[in-house]
Amino acid sequence: MTASDPNVTSPSPATAIEAGHSLWQDAWARLRKNKLALASAFIVTALGLLCVAAPWVSPHAYDAQDLALGAAPPSTKHWLGTDHLGRDQFTRLLYGGRVSLMVGACATAVALTIGLLYGAISGFIGGKLDALMMRLVDILYALPFTLFVILLTVWLGRELWLLFAAIGAVEWLTMARIVRGQVASLKRMEFVEAAHALGLRKRRIILRHMIPNVLGPVIVYTTLTVPAVMLLEAFLSFLGLGVQPPMSSWGSMIKDGADRMEEYWWMLVFPAGAFSATLFCLNFLGDGLRDALDVRASKD
Amino acid sequence: MARFLLIRLLQTLPVLWAVATLTFFMVRFAPGGPFTAEKSIPPEILKRLEAHYGLDKPLSVQYVNFLKSLVTGQQPSIRHSNRTVGEIIRESFPVSLELGAWSLLIALAIGLPAGMLAAQKPNSAQDYVPMSAAMVGVCLPTFVLGPMVVLFFALKLGWFHTSGWNTPGDRVLPALTLGFHLAAYVARLTRGGMLEVMGQDFIRTARAKGASGLRILTRHALRGGLLPVVTFLGPAAAGLITGSFVIETVFNIPGLGKYFVGSVFDRDIPVVGGTVFFFSAIILFFNLLVDVAQAWLNPKVRLE
Amino acid sequence: MKALLIAACLAVLLVGCKKSADQPAAPGGSGAKADPGFGSGPAVSPGKMILHRGNGSEPADLDPQIVTGVPEHMILMGLFECLTDEDPKDLHPIPGVAERWDISPDLLTYTFFLRKNAKWSNGDAVTARDFFEAYKRMLEPTLAAQYAYMHHVVKNAQAYNEGKLKDFSQVGYKVIDDHTFQVTLIGPTPYFLSLVNHTSWMPVHLPTLAKHGKPYERGNKWTRPENFVGNGPFTLDQWKVNEVLTTKRNPHYWDAKTVKLDGLAFYPISSSETEERMFRANQLHVTETVPLSKIPGYRKNHAELIRIEPYLSTYFYRINTTKPPLNDKRVRKALALAIDRASITENILKAGQIPAFNITPPGTGGYTARGKFSGDLAEAKKLLTDAGFPDGKGFSPFELLYNTSESHRVIAEAIQQMWKKNLGLEAKLLNQEWKVYLDSQRQMNYQICRAGWTGDYVDPNTFLDMWLTDGGQNETGWSNKDYDRLIAEAARTGDAAARLELFQKAETILMDELPIIPIYHYTRQHLISPKLKGWQPTLLDHHPYKHLWFE
Repeated sequence: MTASDPNVTSPSPATAIEAGHSLWQDAWARLRKNKLALASAFIVTALGLLCVAAPWVSPHAYDAQDLALGAAPPSTKHWLGTDHLGRDQFTRLLYGGRVSLMVGACATAVALTIGLLYGAISGFIGGKLDALMMRLVDILYALPFTLFVILLTVWLGRELWLLFAAIGAVEWLTMARIVRGQVASLKRMEFVEAAHALGLRKRRIILRHMIPNVLGPVIVYTTLTVPAVMLLEAFLSFLGLGVQPPMSSWGSMIKDGADRMEEYWWMLVFPAGAFSATLFCLNFLGDGLRDALDVRASKD
Repeated sequence: MARFLLIRLLQTLPVLWAVATLTFFMVRFAPGGPFTAEKSIPPEILKRLEAHYGLDKPLSVQYVNFLKSLVTGQQPSIRHSNRTVGEIIRESFPVSLELGAWSLLIALAIGLPAGMLAAQKPNSAQDYVPMSAAMVGVCLPTFVLGPMVVLFFALKLGWFHTSGWNTPGDRVLPALTLGFHLAAYVARLTRGGMLEVMGQDFIRTARAKGASGLRILTRHALRGGLLPVVTFLGPAAAGLITGSFVIETVFNIPGLGKYFVGSVFDRDIPVVGGTVFFFSAIILFFNLLVDVAQAWLNPKVRLE
Repeated sequence: MKALLIAACLAVLLVGCKKSADQPAAPGGSGAKADPGFGSGPAVSPGKMILHRGNGSEPADLDPQIVTGVPEHMILMGLFECLTDEDPKDLHPIPGVAERWDISPDLLTYTFFLRKNAKWSNGDAVTARDFFEAYKRMLEPTLAAQYAYMHHVVKNAQAYNEGKLKDFSQVGYKVIDDHTFQVTLIGPTPYFLSLVNHTSWMPVHLPTLAKHGKPYERGNKWTRPENFVGNGPFTLDQWKVNEVLTTKRNPHYWDAKTVKLDGLAFYPISSSETEERMFRANQLHVTETVPLSKIPGYRKNHAELIRIEPYLSTYFYRINTTKPPLNDKRVRKALALAIDRASITENILKAGQIPAFNITPPGTGGYTARGKFSGDLAEAKKLLTDAGFPDGKGFSPFELLYNTSESHRVIAEAIQQMWKKNLGLEAKLLNQEWKVYLDSQRQMNYQICRAGWTGDYVDPNTFLDMWLTDGGQNETGWSNKDYDRLIAEAARTGDAAARLELFQKAETILMDELPIIPIYHYTRQHLISPKLKGWQPTLLDHHPYKHLWFE
């Protein structure tokens, strides 16, 4: 399938012929050749490390204010300027990255795991169980999310893991439906019917045959889930669930910046830039992974 | 097919009931009631207000009355004291429906071709350019994009009003904002779905037979490749046509979206119930459409 | 190649942001589309003098006895006229429907003489009976009016309202004849004539109410444009929910010749950023407010468009005085002293707010508090040491509660930092959705929480009687017998100067005990088209429409 660009993802004939390689080994071999994906992975990792190392990288404290200074444009002292309370933006961007990257990773992982398993089971087994499971998804779609969040803040306090749970609880729904749709169509395919005929157990068919075959759309949707999750974090934190001020996150910095985009451009451009750069990288990485995991591509 | 539709129709009843029930108890258990106000109301008045709306009755009675009122839509709103829930939805839904329809159209008109173009020649400029544009759409939340388009098209160029819902031109900016954001999702999902299908045997067969790239794309790949997009669009479209709180706030549009959020904040129980009930009916309808479309896109899927 | 593409895309994104960002805060000159009349608002012409104004949120209703909010008040001011009216300059009571009034020597009985030419918008005469019926309706238990307590200064009104008294003829309202109306009070109430201006004292046309529903119950449809009858300078024209509410001239209004505007259009705009953009595009003459980030730009570049007016409202923090360590007034005073109010008003709010060292805004009904708390940082530290927390040691982290809002968050963040830096105390910020927050406050389920209070009428009583031991709005657990006694005494005192003196003493006690930490006195900010004339700064942000005109 990647014949149009042999340099990037087409496996060398040797890899394809070699027998005994697992799907994952093949995939890794292919991914290693995708320079764009590797560069993206490198950038995201570097950014993540930089955020973790924030206290050593930045000379400022993330909550140190200078009210008299207020929002000031980038300077040699404050590389990315300061926000409306005179806090160093560079520092806040790094600390915010910790929150956003963690939320992006954890909440997406939650959504991915639930959605993938739920959708695969529902689609594969079908029949009454499928109907039941999908109607449950419909119910969750329809419930008023704001109300749910208000109740969570009241009943369960404001721990960070609640944030992941709340986000995970909404973001897996579409994932589950997409996976279910794919699985339902795959299970009529010859190779699955063959697996059935060979007497493989359902669990094994789902894990070994179905899931790898739906990974393509799943990876694409996952890369789309990450930004949604990061922005949802800002909304939930604003409502009082999750990270509380003076701690920052990219989502809330973008929100603050959006209200002041005409006056203090640096308050929007830098967080939005960091956010976008991360998402571009994740996206290229996702595409690379998708190409690498394409089981059929190896037969080309 | 008829049997399938009938079964699905029957399935909606327990779903609607479950949504209504959960919603009712969530509102009732949330702290603060519809009359909680900064200036506290004397207890005698509060008691009578609650009696007027039947909120003094045992929870079970309230619950039954709540379910009944959902069917009729005649329950008066508490916040908007001279209008009923039915009226509120009747007034604001057409606005949201129109805006949602335009946005959906824009999203499909941009997203589908962009995704197909990209899938035709993956990992080339034809792929990277539309897909990078799509990523920009994903990265720009509507609360950033909305004010930006207003500042540029309405204030700098003066082509449109900054807000409102009077002239046909007032539809353009909000529909573009919503549509562009959604187009990004559509494009990425289309590309992914198409690539998935292009690798499959029947496409290879078609290609071996010498069918042109475009023909393969439209005739064969499109059907299977659209599956993820269609699945995604079900709930997305349901959300779109019932209004977006952010867009309605940025552009001051009298849509339904603000009631979903506003009624919860006001603890306006009848309106929360009515809007959520309405939304669940629409979500069910769209997900049903998706399931039918899936069967049509992939004849191997049977409607069960 | 690919990296270049990514870079290019990012650049597009960034430049996109930057372009709009580089525009001046309030465009004028070359930055914006060349428009000589920037900020001039929608066009007006003779016969079409319509005032377009932003009005916050969608009005809940237009029934004077039911509504409670500010947006509703802004609309009702044009649709109804009370017994007294407000002077456009300083809001002192001037003749309204009543052309004059007598006050009995004991200050308990007010006799209003209604003008004979006052008419409803359907042509009916406005009579003393209309006021009587409206006030009866206000107190009717079945209506359960939230603001009925505004009438509790009237004899037996509270008893009737609470259902303890069934016979309305014992309530202090009396129709002497068609044009004479008498009110008997329970005590001298110097602000009574101003009180009568409030929405809860507006008349209603009862036959209209009876025609469109049950007059003494909620959910009456008489406030729809096709049914509406009012007695103000304007009458309801259109009500497009969440879009616009318009009024037109009331041809039957007794003083129609004074009214210069042909109509009013109220836009419910919940986002101040959206509202400001509408103003910039000349879609509004008056905005409800100005976004925080836009204030400096307007003050610098377009001072002629922005109005900053003092407002009868104070921003403060409530303290739960029932739990240690905040039950110690030394701790409370230390917290109060460690806040740099000037820095907040000058660097964050930037709209002329006055740092507050007491609760009643200066100049409230001739009253400016003497009893302000004072001291410096050294004293704050000393107080904290005396209370057993030298340099904040041993003081466990406490919570600062505020309702979910960008502006409250910013102030809380600043104060959190001040307490940390100045006293070594750690406050945790906690925000809750509005109703949850109100509930926490009412249940005293907080340590320190943000609050604000806007006077109902221009008199110190509205800021001071809430701190009574059993005051419905106390919500701090604070109680002081001397304070209670002084406020009660003020309510019985007829002599104006002596009464204010009692308030002075009371407020001095309040500011010594500090169950609340005053932060600043609000101002109101509006963007106003220069062609709108007659707009005067008033303490309640009331601007009687019949005194406004266009040039």
